[in-house]
Amino acid sequence: MKDTAEFFQRDRSLQPPAFTPVYKTSVLRSPRLALWSLQNSLSEVTGPVFGHDELGELDNDLILNYAKTGQPIGERIIVHGRVLDENGRAVPHSLVEFWQANAGGRYRHKNDTYLAPIDPNFGGCGRCITDENGYYYFRTIKPGAYPFRNRVNDWRPAHIHFSLFGSGFAQRLITQMYFEGDPLIPHDSILKVIPDEAARQRLVAKLDLNNTVPLDTIAYRWDIVLRGKRSTLFENKLEGN
Amino acid sequence: MLHPTIELPLHETASQTAGPYVHIGLIPHQAGFDIFEKNFSNVLVKPETKGERIRLEGRVLDGTGSPTKDILLEIWQANAAGRYNHPADRQEGKAIDPAFRGWGRTGTDFESGVWHFETIKPGRVIGRHGHKPMAPHINLWLAARGINIGLSTRIYFSDEAEANAADPVLRMVDPPGRRQTLIAERSVRNGAVVYTFDVRLQGEGETVFFDV
Repeated sequence: MKDTAEFFQRDRSLQPPAFTPVYKTSVLRSPRLALWSLQNSLSEVTGPVFGHDELGELDNDLILNYAKTGQPIGERIIVHGRVLDENGRAVPHSLVEFWQANAGGRYRHKNDTYLAPIDPNFGGCGRCITDENGYYYFRTIKPGAYPFRNRVNDWRPAHIHFSLFGSGFAQRLITQMYFEGDPLIPHDSILKVIPDEAARQRLVAKLDLNNTVPLDTIAYRWDIVLRGKRSTLFENKLEGN
Repeated sequence: MLHPTIELPLHETASQTAGPYVHIGLIPHQAGFDIFEKNFSNVLVKPETKGERIRLEGRVLDGTGSPTKDILLEIWQANAAGRYNHPADRQEGKAIDPAFRGWGRTGTDFESGVWHFETIKPGRVIGRHGHKPMAPHINLWLAARGINIGLSTRIYFSDEAEANAADPVLRMVDPPGRRQTLIAERSVRNGAVVYTFDVRLQGEGETVFFDV
């Protein structure tokens, strides 16, 4: 019956509130009224299922998936880890998507006008499906920092955006991963919106020398946690649910 | 196992904004390039999909009433029989439609701010604990620059007044005037059924968002 169980209530004290003036765009894009609490029905505990046949062979290799005339320039890294739920259980067979700037902090996007150049051999996105142990991995170039229009001199730390599904639509999550030791981290107006220091630190990937490929590629390790499910004990469960 | 008071071993990873370039990862052709052989899209229907074809469209307005132009939208819905294509849906007497996954994604247009999906009108799904059927609805999730954690809402249909009046979720929303923010307006354009659904992120007519 574990598939039909409801998700734990989201701990909003560990999540950023909607209205965070330090990040200016949030001011006009944050609801002013309270969220309406909705207990889980089938609409929340179910979600899309994705298959390996929808992905290409190089989808988790950003060094090769947009290589046109050669390989992209920059620090070659592996990013890997597990997708778990709050009970510590693996989240298997779920879609993980990621996107990022190139080594110079420039995004391949028609709206990015930063003067650092596009890398002709780097697209900046990828995706994979977790294995039966919730494990994911991909290879890429470490992204550069870049400026953004918030305060007059705001720079984003190096980061990779992640999109996660889990097994139910209520687990849907978009977040960002940062790199251990980056001195921009404590100054970042976007990371600051998370009120809890430990929750901010959990977004920082750790250097993982044991999984580097010697003379080839450095590794970083980052585990992701999605909402857990509770056991259903003495609830009235009628046929069909 | 019952753990009524203990701390969970792990905490949910904190959300962060999807940022202005979310399209690179999730809708690369909108960012301006092609990279994957197979792409996810805003068209949920195949020729063999069962059900009434509908176009769902709208805008997402910010606190000044201006249309936003960089929003990611995803929908999740049941098939025409009211069943989700997911192993946890074990409603009896309703068949899975193998030609309908029930999920799609799109972005608001960079110029007009309009988004749309091509899908089918969902059937009624059993409510919580199987007590009452819910009115036909589509689950909508939004993420974007300036949105720190994804927003969840539901789209109901203006031509389902009776079912809407009995829907266990709509009935809960208070004051009742706010329920109207969750109802898409049906019209017919060039012979095609269109439902219009504007999301108001903030201020007058603010859309009801759910903590799911």
